[in-house]
Amino acid sequence: MTTTPEAPNLGRAQARKEDARLLTGRTNWTDNIRLPGALHVAFVRSPLAHARITGVDYSAALELPGVVAAFSGADFADEQGSLPCAWPVTEDIVTPAHPPMAVDEVRYAGEAVACVVARDAQSAADALEAVDVDYEPLPAVLDMEAALADGADLVHADAGTNRSFLWPLTEGDVDAAFDGADVVVTRRYRQQRLIPAAMEPRAVVCRPEGDSFTLWSATQIPHVLRVMLAMTTGIPEQDIRVIAPDVGGGFGSKLQVTAEEVLALLLARRLGLPVKWTETRSEGFQTTHHGRDQIQDVSIAADADGRIRGLKVDLLADMGAYLMLVTPGVPILGALMFPGIYKMDAYSFSCTGVFTTKMPTDAYRGAGRPEATYAIERIMNELADELGMDPLELRRRNWIAHEEFPYTTIAGLTYDSGNYEAATERAVELFGYSELRAEQERRRAAGDPVQLGIGVSTFTEMCGLAPSRVLGSLRYGAGGWEHASVRMLPTGKVEVVTGSSAHGQGHETAWSQIVADRLGVPFEDIRVLHGDTQVAPRGMDTYGSRSLVVGGTAVVRACDRVVDKARAIAAHMLEAAEEDLEFSGGVFRVRGTERPSATIQEVSLAAFAAHDLPEEMEASLDSEATVDPDDFSYPHGTHLCAVEVDTETGRTRIRSYVAVDDVGTIVNPMIVEGQVHGGLAQGIAQALYEEAVYDTEGNLVTSTMADYLLPSAADLPDFTTDRTVTPSTTNPLGVKGVGEAGTIASTPAVVNAVVDALRPYGVRDVPMPCTPERVWRAVTGVQDNEGAAQ
Amino acid sequence: MIPPRFDYTRPATLAEAVGILAADEDAKVLAGGQSLLPLLRFRLASPTSVVDLGAIAGLRGVADEGGHVRVGALTTHYEVVNDPLIAAHCGLLAQATRTVADPAVRHRGTIGGSMAHADPAGDLPAVALALAAEFLVTGPGGDRSVPAAEFFVDYLTTALEPGEVLTAIRIPKLDGWSFHYEKFSRTAQAWAIVGVAAAVRRVNGDITEARVGLTNMGTTPVRADSVESACRGIPAQADAIHEAARSADAEADPPSDLSAQADYRRHLARVLTGRALARAAGS
Repeated sequence: MTTTPEAPNLGRAQARKEDARLLTGRTNWTDNIRLPGALHVAFVRSPLAHARITGVDYSAALELPGVVAAFSGADFADEQGSLPCAWPVTEDIVTPAHPPMAVDEVRYAGEAVACVVARDAQSAADALEAVDVDYEPLPAVLDMEAALADGADLVHADAGTNRSFLWPLTEGDVDAAFDGADVVVTRRYRQQRLIPAAMEPRAVVCRPEGDSFTLWSATQIPHVLRVMLAMTTGIPEQDIRVIAPDVGGGFGSKLQVTAEEVLALLLARRLGLPVKWTETRSEGFQTTHHGRDQIQDVSIAADADGRIRGLKVDLLADMGAYLMLVTPGVPILGALMFPGIYKMDAYSFSCTGVFTTKMPTDAYRGAGRPEATYAIERIMNELADELGMDPLELRRRNWIAHEEFPYTTIAGLTYDSGNYEAATERAVELFGYSELRAEQERRRAAGDPVQLGIGVSTFTEMCGLAPSRVLGSLRYGAGGWEHASVRMLPTGKVEVVTGSSAHGQGHETAWSQIVADRLGVPFEDIRVLHGDTQVAPRGMDTYGSRSLVVGGTAVVRACDRVVDKARAIAAHMLEAAEEDLEFSGGVFRVRGTERPSATIQEVSLAAFAAHDLPEEMEASLDSEATVDPDDFSYPHGTHLCAVEVDTETGRTRIRSYVAVDDVGTIVNPMIVEGQVHGGLAQGIAQALYEEAVYDTEGNLVTSTMADYLLPSAADLPDFTTDRTVTPSTTNPLGVKGVGEAGTIASTPAVVNAVVDALRPYGVRDVPMPCTPERVWRAVTGVQDNEGAAQ
Repeated sequence: MIPPRFDYTRPATLAEAVGILAADEDAKVLAGGQSLLPLLRFRLASPTSVVDLGAIAGLRGVADEGGHVRVGALTTHYEVVNDPLIAAHCGLLAQATRTVADPAVRHRGTIGGSMAHADPAGDLPAVALALAAEFLVTGPGGDRSVPAAEFFVDYLTTALEPGEVLTAIRIPKLDGWSFHYEKFSRTAQAWAIVGVAAAVRRVNGDITEARVGLTNMGTTPVRADSVESACRGIPAQADAIHEAARSADAEADPPSDLSAQADYRRHLARVLTGRALARAAGS
């Protein structure tokens, strides 16, 4: 069910109710939590990418003023367990032990080897320099292909290999598709390593309370974290309460069970006092999990008229030194998305997970799907070039037509709904596609040193993670359901408890809009509670654009149950049959009569007083629901980007950017707009600006914002955004998810534009990020002879 | 990101500041703090004491000294950008200062701090060099003046002796000249990969004199003497200017680092010098 005339909240650009406290910082950011007697923790981290630890001496640190304790990994070896990987993607996957503090060996620069605990943060920071660690260097392993060669130096000697897993998929007759093809295009694309860089750094506070513990963390996943802390440390789950207070962004980087969280819990237990740790920005760049980092070998086969016959994808995915929470699952999430919106006869995919001595990779906004979308949308443009065809025309000839939905793709996913024609038509119109093509021709003909390029990206993604049965079939360790409870209070106000865990998305506002309409109560009367395992005991948290699709559906269902219960009580109050009552605008009326009515607030008070309830009716007006989605949802859209590339300096300037997204039914267009803008910024950042670079010894050299270039508003163009609305059929709201769309769509749109600008110069690819220097080298052919290790 | 412990003093007079600095070679001067504080927070600097010049009268502000404009060392970038004297006589300085970092930094950071930090990637040293500014210094031995060509000695190193404080920069008025600062950086707030400070004097459609300073093309700012010579007497026209700019990197020894390799920097210096001179010359 979607909006009704009595549903004024859904679809309204309601200002976000959480913003005042988030924007002013007058709230419980984890680092704002100050507990009496709390001790401050700082970590001694390895300066080497790979080394054996031969000695840790912290005796000098213990002598310093303010220092209370110091520990090495060996001091916790018996109780710290191994950080969990919840997604062993194959039966024979190599999953090395991952102690929160290294005991014998470090395998990436930045890995924690010891910690100091002091009465204040300054003393803890000062004491780090007094801890003496002896290392015996081992070879760094930095290049994925070299790591897989015979005789390669090993990240984990015990494993005997740097290969973690091989995950294959074949659908259709791939050989036949390629053998008979008129055109085959083969390319290698590189997904550079990225640093998520949420605005709020990671932070954790843990307080012991007798035998139990309360742990506050800047996490996306309080519920998953609680389970995993119990499983990792052996502390009984019922003795751990996890609170994610207001959290300032995550983008996947806080979808993790971190060494620092486990150690905060163990330190609080060991010391019997509250402990606190907040990372520095450079520490975060080095040791909060990274994203992407794949080598993609992609081949596409097509007939001369452009019809796609088959697609082959071989990935090398850099796991980094260890498998963290969903490290190996990230490329597998992408496995099903390489075919994108296109029909084809055959598809093969394989992914090899490779260990290197770098920070582990894991989920980063889009998680697998940006990588897939980049590869297919880039190679579609190359195929179009090969065929001498307009890239939009090639797409039209291959995409799933509106009337073909629901459509089961070659990868086996069933896309429920979509209208690629409508989104593309709108984008082309807003962009002025043919005018820009004409200008491009003129500038090419004139030999303009500033060339115009046009980039196309017609993307889809799978959101609403996820049906538990599908996750199970992909060997993920947990389900994909979500929980909500809705309770009317005696005064007629409403508390909504959600198992999703907002960290900037605006759930409090969006959920309130949904509930206001379902219950017919004022938006202002609703409070949304989340992120505390004692307040919201059941939940699967927030990632993968799942909150509204799955969590919102749970809210809807819980509201409907509240209304059902209220109807029974109202019928009793009004001395009418339930089926004779109509409910609208928060009021129960006897249909077709002038008889007295009852508001839901009056029903709530009656349910609280419980003086006169129907037979066997329980007191209080509340309900709950746990929803496991039937299937994914599939947002899509058409993004068009025009760039001007200065061929003399290599600089790329985005001249215009049009994003027409179809995210299904819109709850709050302002929130959608914000998600699209932020997503575009992050996707454009991958295309043009950001790259985590390790030097030849395995040190991260982009460890500050002076070196790792996050674009700001000053670097981004005005975005032209619009939407088409093709409701999802897999959930009652018709929503599809929007958290990742902009990021997924924009990277290939921008790079396609850059390459398009440079085609007259013979350029067919520019590695990401398309820095001015790389563009200049692509144009001139001047070799890069001093390249840093990638 | 917590600095190491240090003493902090805020002397009321220049003499007092010089005294503290002369007595302790590990003391560091704090002006606007936009370079020092990051160094402290990364623990790349561990001074025993930080000497804040903020309370000393007379170090801030802009004055007309006839043939020169005198800019107090503690004058903020924001003040430089908005000062009418600088706009009238040293427009190149204002234009380059407008490109420094972001508004927050420009409200805190000072011209003296930027010069004394002597980061070759900073925008202002190349401007000072191109404009042949003089650096006024007070130390235990009294006052002295150092020409820009001698002030920038090496990477993050100036001619300032222990105990000396930079008090002002004197910039010759280049009335009748035209100018342009061309900055090339990857993001709006990033350091320049290459910057070009250019000023030209034109008579009857010819360039009679040119000044070119380069940002981030060596361990110090670089004066592009070859281009200046090549420009002398050429028509103020794009073709001739770009031809002259081909020697822009002749005096440079650019670094290879994360943001650019040396060969690309050399190429950029040539292209951007041509553009800066052409803009300055109005062609």
